[in-house]
Amino acid sequence: MDIFGVPIQALMGQLMLGIVNGSFYAVLSLGLAIIFGVLKIVNFAHGAFFMLGAFTAFLLGQHLGANYWVALVAAPIAVALFGMLFEWLFLRRLYGLDPIYGLLLTFSLVLVLEGGFRVAFGSSGQPYATPEALRGTINLGFMVLPIYRGFVILAAVLTCLVTWYVIERTSVGARLRAATERAELTQAFGINVPLLVTLTYGVGVGLAAFAGVLAAPIFHVNPSMGSSLVIIIFAVVVIGGLGSIMGAIVTGLGLGVVEGFTRVFYSEFSSTIVFLVMVLVLLIRPAGLFGREES
Amino acid sequence: MLAKLPSRTAALTSVVLALGAASGTMASNGFSDDVVRIGVLTDMSGIYSDLSGEAAVEAVRMAVEDFGGEVHGVPIEVIYGDHRNRADTGASRAREWYDNDGVDMINDLSNSGVALAVAAVADERQRHAISNSASNIGLTNDYCSPYVTHYTYDAYSLAQGTGKTIVEDGGDTWFFLTVDFAFGIGLEQQVSDVVREAGGHVMGAARHPLDTTDFSSYALQAQASGAEIIGIASTGADAINAINALSEFGVSPSQRPAALLLWFDDIVSLGLDTAQGLLINNAFYWDADEGSREFSERFYERTGRMPNMAHAGNYSSTMHYLNAVEAAGTDDPDAVSEKMRELEINDFFATGGYIRPNGRMVHDQYLWEVKAPDESEYDYDFLRLVATISGEDAFQPLEDSTCHLLNGG
Amino acid sequence: MHLRSLTLPLSIVAVLALLAIPFFPQWIYLVFVMKTLCFVLFACAFNLLLGHTGILSFGHAAFFGSGAYIAGHLVKNYGVPFELGILAGGLVAALLGAVIGALAIRRSGIYLAMITLAMSQLVYFFYLQAPFTGAEDGLQRVPRGTFLGVIDLRNDTALYYVVLGIVAVGLWVVWRTVNSPFGQVLRAIREHEPRAISLGYPVARYKILVFTLSAGLSGIAGALKAIIFQLAALYDVHWHTSGDVILMTLLGGMNTVFGPAVGAAIVAALNHYLDPFGAWVTVITGVVFMACVLAFRQGVVGELGRLLKLRRPSRPEQTADQPARGESQP
Repeated sequence: MDIFGVPIQALMGQLMLGIVNGSFYAVLSLGLAIIFGVLKIVNFAHGAFFMLGAFTAFLLGQHLGANYWVALVAAPIAVALFGMLFEWLFLRRLYGLDPIYGLLLTFSLVLVLEGGFRVAFGSSGQPYATPEALRGTINLGFMVLPIYRGFVILAAVLTCLVTWYVIERTSVGARLRAATERAELTQAFGINVPLLVTLTYGVGVGLAAFAGVLAAPIFHVNPSMGSSLVIIIFAVVVIGGLGSIMGAIVTGLGLGVVEGFTRVFYSEFSSTIVFLVMVLVLLIRPAGLFGREES
Repeated sequence: MLAKLPSRTAALTSVVLALGAASGTMASNGFSDDVVRIGVLTDMSGIYSDLSGEAAVEAVRMAVEDFGGEVHGVPIEVIYGDHRNRADTGASRAREWYDNDGVDMINDLSNSGVALAVAAVADERQRHAISNSASNIGLTNDYCSPYVTHYTYDAYSLAQGTGKTIVEDGGDTWFFLTVDFAFGIGLEQQVSDVVREAGGHVMGAARHPLDTTDFSSYALQAQASGAEIIGIASTGADAINAINALSEFGVSPSQRPAALLLWFDDIVSLGLDTAQGLLINNAFYWDADEGSREFSERFYERTGRMPNMAHAGNYSSTMHYLNAVEAAGTDDPDAVSEKMRELEINDFFATGGYIRPNGRMVHDQYLWEVKAPDESEYDYDFLRLVATISGEDAFQPLEDSTCHLLNGG
Repeated sequence: MHLRSLTLPLSIVAVLALLAIPFFPQWIYLVFVMKTLCFVLFACAFNLLLGHTGILSFGHAAFFGSGAYIAGHLVKNYGVPFELGILAGGLVAALLGAVIGALAIRRSGIYLAMITLAMSQLVYFFYLQAPFTGAEDGLQRVPRGTFLGVIDLRNDTALYYVVLGIVAVGLWVVWRTVNSPFGQVLRAIREHEPRAISLGYPVARYKILVFTLSAGLSGIAGALKAIIFQLAALYDVHWHTSGDVILMTLLGGMNTVFGPAVGAAIVAALNHYLDPFGAWVTVITGVVFMACVLAFRQGVVGELGRLLKLRRPSRPEQTADQPARGESQP
């Protein structure tokens, strides 16, 4: 059976790969959405933190002999600490101002990080080996999937669901949401809001770094690996609806699939389709797919 | 990096000093403003900085030092600039160099957009420009000039070298993974022509946007095509990611990737595990013979990296330019241009190389295969020679060139 | 001392300096000054939206690039004279601005910015695919032509004065717009949109109008750049250029009329004079921007004004309130 001349089996394969890519988008946009929700800052450095995660994993392996599994935990934590330091030193001076200043500051950070890594490690990048346990392929009937790609889906979806659960269903999350809605009032209840904000930024960039480590064995580890990703992730978050955690996750996965199919039918357009979707969504549903519109 | 700063400051001061001595003042000895100034216009800070960048500047400096630092008693000076992969930035820097800073020759010119723009400026200002790392054959066709030389390779030689040799070797069905840019599409078309001419078939192509990270979808499409050869018509990060995906998805043993423009640095970056078995067309390999080894080891000591074909081309072309200046006894662009086209090039880079009237430097090209990890015996022992393509076969026949200089125009 | 009292002498000095530049080629390179002038016009035009109406467009490269491509294409391939080419570039950009503006202003804040970004990405895709642009090789060898059929623009000095004149007219239009009743309404929209609506102003129409004007002037800036460099390239329509102009505006000061001009000059100079630092350029640029955001939040000109204690009071505080405009509503 064919659809527009493409066998349905092949399409199933593309669907699967779309979900893999969507998993990256989901983790990244989740982090961006959390940061925007609490800090009201558009974290332009999100792609750079993604790159930082991959590079940290690479460096941990190179200099400390840390294997993939150690890196998968240690790299996001290290990057999160760095992110928190950045928030604590610089970013917090901009709260309450037009969000454009946060955008500019995080953009400057992109220049420093990408430029710095290019000076240190060159522009062509470094290889990162797939962990021993996840090598090989698995035959799904309609396609042969590298086991590692399957692992990416599992790890990403699990991480997203845990994050969603913590924010929406636990007391920590409740405080966080309270701080988002009414910062002064939350502070008055004895909750350390500035600390909460710093932690949130840490979690957000930690998620980006986590995606970076996941990506390291598949995509080449190079200084500009996150630079073209940023605006796509922005689009995902906006389509999902700013502030909606579930929106970011679902839209991420969905757009991965849409992009995957575009690669089959109109490949040249595949990096642009997400923007077409965004225009259409915003014109029809002003607050995004999952955002609530308040008048 | 910091250790090199003094030379940078020197470059800066030389620019500043040069500002005083504007161009156009031809001294009595036949050398404009009593210095032969070479500008290396390259990508210092961007995505191509590994392919050319600081190492390209170093290659040119080496050539100048090996030449003796002066010609007919006139000192030779090297300055450099960053075009940031933007044609306007490159063109503006080139203009300033020619107009204000007395630059006699601009070298490297990575990035085709920049190279074309600078070629236009060079033609207008009647000064020399040599491109070593750009591929666009427009430089020796519609945009040709007596002052512009295209030295190391071009898209045509890539197509001939890889396409023809592989088809003759029996790989006659092709599928392309092409970057959706003029460079990729042009390369795909040229190789397709070569393949069809040699009796092969093109089964299809997938054109991906620039900066695509995930090539798995294209790997599947390539697999489904059933083609024997998967031609990768992109370079840098795109090509690296494409090769990674093809290797990850275990393209069947009957299929073989051929990278149409892969740099030596890309292979270093990919690692032999992934890159093994790839066929690549490069005009230079450090370990090819005694001469190339001698140069490469000196280069490695200075830059910490093995030279790729553009670096070697930067050195060789600078040397050739200086030889031409010496032979001409002046740095007058017309006289030098004549000598450059007259003198033969014989060094570690080229044997019997010569420059055609349209600016094309003609020399042998090589097809290499990347070794498997267990075949590699020492550091950077990466390539095995598969075929040598003579310069006459590798480059566009003169009668096909649309260069206006060829019909007396 | 007041900045306003300094404005007149300062502008006279600036104008004299600009007029004198071609006589000192060894000090500053003319083509570099011309390029900077293009960005000066671009940034000031952009600030009509950001600073004076409170609309953040993240897609202005679409207008700048369209101006460059249309002018370049017409002049190169159809032999259209210089003046008409520039004008056509501006007109097409203005039209595009009207269309994108009409779509974008139905939303506000971040959403508006994202719609403009998305539309500009579609425009980028168009130019990438269109055969006449030459994709990444660029639209090369655009002839400079003559001005009014008399002055040969291949001469840099002649071209410089023509560019200076056109940019001056463009800046005058910006200045007139800001200091007109129309500009006052724009400020009213920026400060409190619902009130402007309740006062009976057709706010949507005003916004589309200023969008069109800003886009048109940006297009002229792009068209000039195409003629100066004799090429139009993909970078002109790339979202990086949209980011660059935001940067210039903020560095200079978005609450001033000509602050963006200073910002444009700073960015151009950073790009031009940092070459000796080789691979460190990107890092240094990043650190400079970071320092500017943290230390001179109102931009160089804005801070200068504050130091001279001259400005209408309380503007910065109002800026601080602005996030509430778009962000509290989703």
